[in-house]
Amino acid sequence: MNTLRNANMPNPLLPISIRDLRLTRSDRPVLGGVNLKIDDPGITVIMGPNGAGKTLLLRCLHGLITPDQGFIKLGSLAVADSRDEQAMVFQHPVLLRRTVLQNLAFAAPEIAKTAPERLIQALESVNLANRADQPARMLSGGEQQRLSLARALLSEPALLLLDEATANLDPASVLLIESLVKAQSLQGTKVILVSHDQSQARRLADEIVFMSNGKVAEQSPADQFFTTPQTPAAKAYLAGEILF
Amino acid sequence: MDALSEAFRLIITLDADLFEILLLSIRVSLIALAISAIIGLPLGSWLAISKFPGRKFCILLLNALMGMPPVVVGLIVYLLLSRSGPLGWLGLLYTPSAMIIAQAVLITPIIAALSNQVIENLHQEYRDTFYSMGITGRRAVVAYLVDARYALTTCILAGFGRAIAEVGAVIIVGGNIDHLTRVMTTAIALETSKGNLTLALGLGAVLLSLSLLVNALVIGVREYAAKRQYA
Repeated sequence: MNTLRNANMPNPLLPISIRDLRLTRSDRPVLGGVNLKIDDPGITVIMGPNGAGKTLLLRCLHGLITPDQGFIKLGSLAVADSRDEQAMVFQHPVLLRRTVLQNLAFAAPEIAKTAPERLIQALESVNLANRADQPARMLSGGEQQRLSLARALLSEPALLLLDEATANLDPASVLLIESLVKAQSLQGTKVILVSHDQSQARRLADEIVFMSNGKVAEQSPADQFFTTPQTPAAKAYLAGEILF
Repeated sequence: MDALSEAFRLIITLDADLFEILLLSIRVSLIALAISAIIGLPLGSWLAISKFPGRKFCILLLNALMGMPPVVVGLIVYLLLSRSGPLGWLGLLYTPSAMIIAQAVLITPIIAALSNQVIENLHQEYRDTFYSMGITGRRAVVAYLVDARYALTTCILAGFGRAIAEVGAVIIVGGNIDHLTRVMTTAIALETSKGNLTLALGLGAVLLSLSLLVNALVIGVREYAAKRQYA
């Protein structure tokens, strides 16, 4: 289990360097040579149309997919060596067929043994303390995602990856998750978030990575991206035009 | 009709012969079930989540063994345990232990194959999350077994149903010896051939009730799990 993170600690997984990342699925290149360098802490939001390769890139970063070509370096570590320092929240949370509290205890057995009060605190942080003894899969979609985030944050990850984690959630759940992600980022966790939601990206992002056709089309500070996008693809995307 | 009413009298009056046979049947089947569950559940789980050359062949073999004829199992166990066989020195032939071994051989593939399917489905669902959480190996197997507990209970009950109703293998290795290896199915076969339909019907009614009970338990477990979103 990692130690409690704070903003003054250097993040061991920065900078993140991705070079010439290529991936082919069914004879179709889905990542066509991704080059990206993320130096700064804070929140990076990956945006782009459907099929641009955002989720695949995130899964490559987490080690869920091995690319056909190219390399990823997180700080001085390869993906496989950085696993303990990472956590990921998926679009569709998968919770164990156990109670809410048991889900957290399973994810962090050491904490459950030595400091079980931290599990309750984690539940309080996502407004689920009063549901601790209920079957986790009976929670609503928003509650399940909040529990999934609490589970991911228990490990105090250096890198938190969120794959459209707030898609289809009610506004209250979205705001709660956003506030937790923001707070975690301020504690020194690097957050990379895939989102289609422009208003969410405006609220959260320090930096935007815009992807199109399996490549990074643009990488810029969030303010700059929304006011003066540099590429025609990004301009069209922000204007709501459908891209293929 | 007289035979039927006499059969129910045997059950209601707790007839000593009938209940001796019943208790031995349940004891043999439960011990065989425990052995099969201890072997079959981890084996099925391990095959579901591991990757190695020949894995698919192992699963194919397990599925094929599910349909193994009981008399063939009985014959193989008989050859192993007979005086001139490799395990003849154990002196187990024509004892309840031999029947337990035969039933365990018969139902282990059933429990392993059914649990393999259950765990494989769960693995599809949990794989990314477990990878993300760093859950692998033995910890993953235990987690799968715990989380699939209700589905696996139905697999185990299916194995029990098969064991308790089995006749071919246990008659070969047990010999159907009165007060020693006579179980419900072999007793029914014997009493029917002797024309003693009263005891045969009584045992048949008990066997049928046990089968109904097992199936009711399966349905109950499924409904409980579905209600708690644990299915």
